[in-house]
Amino acid sequence: MYDFENGAHLLRKCEKYGVPISEIMKRRELEFGGLSEEMIRTKLDKVFEIMDHSIHDPIEDPHDSMGGLIGGEARMVWYHKLKGNTLSGSFLSKAIAYSMAVLETNASMGLIVAAPTAGSSGVVPGCLMAGMEERGFTKEQFDKGILNAGAIGYILMRNSSVSGAEAGCQAEVGAASAMAASALVEIMGGSPEVCFNAASLALSNLLGLVCDPIAGLVEAPCQSRNSIGAANAIVCADLALSGVKHQIPFDEMSKAMYRVGRSLPFELRETAMGGCAATPTGCALRYQCVVGEQIGERLEPLSKV
Amino acid sequence: MEFISLFDVIGPNMIGPSSSHTAGAVSIALMARKMFRHDISKVTFTLYGSFAKTYRGHGTDRALLGGILGFQTDDVRIRTAFKIAQETGVEYFYHIDSRTKVEHPNTVDIVLTSKDGHSLQVRGESIGGGKIRIAQIDHIDVDFTGEYSTLIVRHKDRTGVVVYITQALACFGINIAFMRIFRKEKGGDAFTVVESDEQIPQSVINEIRSNPHIDDIMLIEM
Repeated sequence: MYDFENGAHLLRKCEKYGVPISEIMKRRELEFGGLSEEMIRTKLDKVFEIMDHSIHDPIEDPHDSMGGLIGGEARMVWYHKLKGNTLSGSFLSKAIAYSMAVLETNASMGLIVAAPTAGSSGVVPGCLMAGMEERGFTKEQFDKGILNAGAIGYILMRNSSVSGAEAGCQAEVGAASAMAASALVEIMGGSPEVCFNAASLALSNLLGLVCDPIAGLVEAPCQSRNSIGAANAIVCADLALSGVKHQIPFDEMSKAMYRVGRSLPFELRETAMGGCAATPTGCALRYQCVVGEQIGERLEPLSKV
Repeated sequence: MEFISLFDVIGPNMIGPSSSHTAGAVSIALMARKMFRHDISKVTFTLYGSFAKTYRGHGTDRALLGGILGFQTDDVRIRTAFKIAQETGVEYFYHIDSRTKVEHPNTVDIVLTSKDGHSLQVRGESIGGGKIRIAQIDHIDVDFTGEYSTLIVRHKDRTGVVVYITQALACFGINIAFMRIFRKEKGGDAFTVVESDEQIPQSVINEIRSNPHIDDIMLIEM
């Protein structure tokens, strides 16, 4: 009764029952997921607990990443924000600091929630946690945000792709950004239609973004791509909430994203053979991270080289 | 179409950085540990393909060892697996083999040894998104995922052994979801792998074990 195949289908369900996207997603989970309301709440609490830790830990106690390409950036952004002179303002600068923090947690073998993937795991918690601290979102609103983001992510997994190897970074960070944009709109009181508008804008803004991890590691440019995913989500949520509409409906946009992804050459789909990874510096870093380890050297962290 | 849950999208909860190179590695090693019914004193990992290239940056080495120590994919102790292994007296070795051609890019061979001289070789493949496949046990090619309750019976390739196993399962009311037999040569060592949706009780194992052609039984619960 509450299952849906695509955005248009979900929108019809929301209209039919007069409820937001998060509520349909919860009812779908109750109907087909084999979970009780209590179990969903427990799992959402766990998601909150892990996300909360994964955004704060690298700011309080930064770890070097396993590959040595990143570590400490979230704290730098955090300090910059504390000085009170950021161009992006308190909400946005916190969201980008947090989204980058999660990637540090991930790259240093900490515990994260894939959302929808490990490489894009900073965007959704970055936006929602910054919203709690800067805009007073409640835990209940956080949960609704997760359910809403989950609905958008599910539609993309089903009809498009959320895999960098399959469709590039636009499918990972792009999807995460669309999920977060839609979640922010619902929390801010926007209708399901406005949620899809925000998600469609977010996908189209990052359309064509390639997956080019330096040394093949989930570190750079993944970390800063998460910050742009979060920033894009906030911008698109505001655009949609102001009534700006995207010309292309979400379902068409998600198919377009998939087609663009499939037409990317394989060098730009997680193989570390193009983009940032294939620059002279990217290749030198790869040599230090990967080739060095094969000849048994333990190299100094790159930040110290 | 397989149901995609909210927690497949917002999830899994995992130790980073990579579902295939980290979480998948934990799962393969955890399966190997479950298959070895002795105390592990030494483990040797041989890493192939992409595992051999990027293991350190993805923490594949720690992830594998963490699985051997019994840690799940979301266990924060994985980061300190080397230290914990030293404390618990498990010796660990890594061979990096980027030359040997393997079927799947993320492949590892694990050899477990106990103090009393038992050993077991397991080859696992991390096939994406944290999903895995066990491809070899003691150099005999097999194929299962551990997503079901899995009974692995090592036996001689003789008439009637398989009937004996299925009869025992039927007697205890266990419904077989999938079943396959793997062997290297006629009349030699063979593995029967039974996958079931339900739990397989210990009493079934005791019953199967009484057949003289059966050498060993391993049970992996979901």
